[in-house]
Amino acid sequence: MQKKSKTLLLLIHQLLCIYQFNYHLRKMRFLLLFSRQGKLRLQKWFTPISEREKKKIIRDMTNMVLARQPRSSNFLDWKDLKIIYKRYASLYFCLAIESQENELLALEVIHRYVELLDKYFGNVCELDIIFNFEKAYFILDEFLMGGEIQETSKQIVNRCIESSDMLQETMEEYMSKPAF
Amino acid sequence: MGSAEMCRDLAPEIDRLLRASNSYIKKKAALCAVHIVRKVHELGELFAPAARSLLTEKNHGVLHGAVVLITELCERNPEALERFRKTVPDLVQIMKGLVISGYSPEHDVAGISDPFLQVRILRLLRILGRHSETASDAMNDLLAQVATNTDSTKTVGNAVLYETVLTVLDIKSESGLRVLAVNILGRFLLNNDRNIRYIAMMSLQKIVGTDHNAVQRHRGTIVDCLKDHDASVKRRALELSLALVSASNIRSMMKELLLFLSSCPPELRAQTASGIFNAAERYAPSQRWHIDTILHVLTTAGGDVRDETVPNLIQLITNTSELHCYTVHKLYRALLTDISQQPLVQVACWCIGEYGDLLLKGECQETEPAQVTEDDVLDSLETVLQSHMSAPATRGFALTATMKLSTRITDNVDRIRSIVSIYGSCIDVELQQRAVEYNALFKKYDHMRAAVLERMPVIEKNSLGQTNGESAVEAIKAVQPATVKQGEPPLPLQPANQVCDLLDLLGGSEEPLQPSSVQSGTASGLPINNSSTAGGDLLDLLGGFEPTPAAPAPAVTVYEKDGVNLTLLCEKHSDSGLTVTLTASNSNDSDISSFTLQAAVPKSVQLHMKAPSGDFLPARGAAKVTQMVVLNNPNKVNLKMRVRISYTSQGSACQDTVQIDSFPGL
Repeated sequence: MQKKSKTLLLLIHQLLCIYQFNYHLRKMRFLLLFSRQGKLRLQKWFTPISEREKKKIIRDMTNMVLARQPRSSNFLDWKDLKIIYKRYASLYFCLAIESQENELLALEVIHRYVELLDKYFGNVCELDIIFNFEKAYFILDEFLMGGEIQETSKQIVNRCIESSDMLQETMEEYMSKPAF
Repeated sequence: MGSAEMCRDLAPEIDRLLRASNSYIKKKAALCAVHIVRKVHELGELFAPAARSLLTEKNHGVLHGAVVLITELCERNPEALERFRKTVPDLVQIMKGLVISGYSPEHDVAGISDPFLQVRILRLLRILGRHSETASDAMNDLLAQVATNTDSTKTVGNAVLYETVLTVLDIKSESGLRVLAVNILGRFLLNNDRNIRYIAMMSLQKIVGTDHNAVQRHRGTIVDCLKDHDASVKRRALELSLALVSASNIRSMMKELLLFLSSCPPELRAQTASGIFNAAERYAPSQRWHIDTILHVLTTAGGDVRDETVPNLIQLITNTSELHCYTVHKLYRALLTDISQQPLVQVACWCIGEYGDLLLKGECQETEPAQVTEDDVLDSLETVLQSHMSAPATRGFALTATMKLSTRITDNVDRIRSIVSIYGSCIDVELQQRAVEYNALFKKYDHMRAAVLERMPVIEKNSLGQTNGESAVEAIKAVQPATVKQGEPPLPLQPANQVCDLLDLLGGSEEPLQPSSVQSGTASGLPINNSSTAGGDLLDLLGGFEPTPAAPAPAVTVYEKDGVNLTLLCEKHSDSGLTVTLTASNSNDSDISSFTLQAAVPKSVQLHMKAPSGDFLPARGAAKVTQMVVLNNPNKVNLKMRVRISYTSQGSACQDTVQIDSFPGL
């Protein structure tokens, strides 16, 4: 029963997010991860936009962020949004928020996500994200949903991922058992 | 469409899930509800009770979702806002728990317990306390506690402090708390971290209107931030600095702003320049300072200023007559050093044209006088004319200035004449037209040259909506009659109602007479340019038509009464065109003043009256007044003209009418 309502809920929420046309008044608009050479490693869009616009935004973001001086502030103004970016090792994390949101908290959101990745992968590096990008997305989906923070506790998010991993392993084991 | 339906269908389901036992589900359900509310506002009512009950949850995830949901409900619906105000004590309790509680490993971030939730609650408190005294009172203590106890060494602590400050400034907090908040922002300004300084300036920008004095205290730090290397910080510092300029600090602030202008990134230049101009206009301590400031901006960032700067500056200069000498000296020196900044060059040319005699006089109180010869001045103007860097408008300025100098200098008039005739065949049509007109001024209308090119009167400040062209026209109307009489110039342009009087007077005539177009100032050839070269426009009066050859036809006396004699001279200059010259003289023993003529012709005939040579007829025929009237008779009707004469003699006004039926020489 629990699992059923859980899956139902997830489905409902995903659908609502997809068909959501009201762009405004959500905390975050999109999150991008790209390397120092401008290669995109992860993209999460919290509003529905066309493929062409997505490509344009990615191009704009990478150009803007990579052009920044090393010791400048982490905040940029772009159109009507604020872009918060931070570099961790070889990856740039770029988060777009509404103009009235708290920028320092956005920095903390980015940091929390990095911590979650680090806890899961153990000393996370860019390669982990490249080869296990679906896990990176799952973790993100447990942490943020629809442009808002979903769970503020690190442990709960990690527990969720671990339990879904366990489920996956059990299923795989089950599927690979020879059928007599 | 479908999604709104989907929301409506699913809403009860979500509401049920909000009350489920599993916190994982509740947390997600809360965020689902947030979306539903955003999509279909009316469904907010449905979730309000469930949201209220969720505030008692222990699970932070659920609590966070609940707070977001309540925030959403309150932002959309003022009634919901009223109802949720009652939850303020509960929220305060939750916050207190977070702030005071001991270390909780699950939610701790650098010593702060669940900063995400804290910030969200503070945001909600802001919305609830915004217009409510009671709600604001209830949270005063809490906010003070958070503000003082939060550790500000790490970013996360500063995030919470920032949100607290924003909340304090937005609700109806007590003054002590406000002072605390502004002080926190001041502390942020001194922080080494650029991010912190950036957000401090952004918040200060929001309150600079209301708590101006508090922000003024930090002016020094803000001005220092102008020198920061980061572009975002610079932008914020610029906006805030411009907002902080006041009458008391204008001099020091302007020094800093001008320094900033010379080194600022190009995208901020236009904003800086216009900000400086606004500030200078509002708080200029003296005219000289104002002019100096504008000149400084033009030399540093001339390319980025708006178009109306040039006419504004010219108007400012004409208004400060005591500084004309100083201004023209400064501008001449600026012209010698650099002719690439177009607005500066335009203003400099205009001033040299107007006040060139002051420049050549070689004495000046305010600044070191330059020992310039007439050749030097003409050289500099010619350089501008010939330079490839000069825009067409600038060259127009330079040509007009050269022309104006012909009346202000004595030796090199020939040189001016040759310059002007060279440009008579220039490719640029505008320059060519001007040159041709100036040439005409030299050749045919030399007697008018001095009057036409004399000093401009003080330009009145344009009222809103008036273009520069119109003000130029007004200036022309004022200058025109000064040809003969230097005193107060009664305008020879009669208003339209007097023309109607003329018609009433002439009443029952067989042919309806066309009212004369008495406005002899606004010839069709008067171009309204953007550059206010009123001197140049003036000459178009004479330029519009081909100068007619003086035909040797006899002058006929058409009116003689009371010592006033009016003669008429006709010249045909085309198939249907005709120029009539009316000459008046006075054989009385007393002078006649305010002498004016009005004319009316049959309907199909076009009439155009030129400016009279004057309106004063001295006694005993010592001088005459002439007025030219151009007629165009395309339909070749029988030409008649009625002329009304009005003048003042020995203190009494007189009027008379004469009808002219025959035109000799026709």
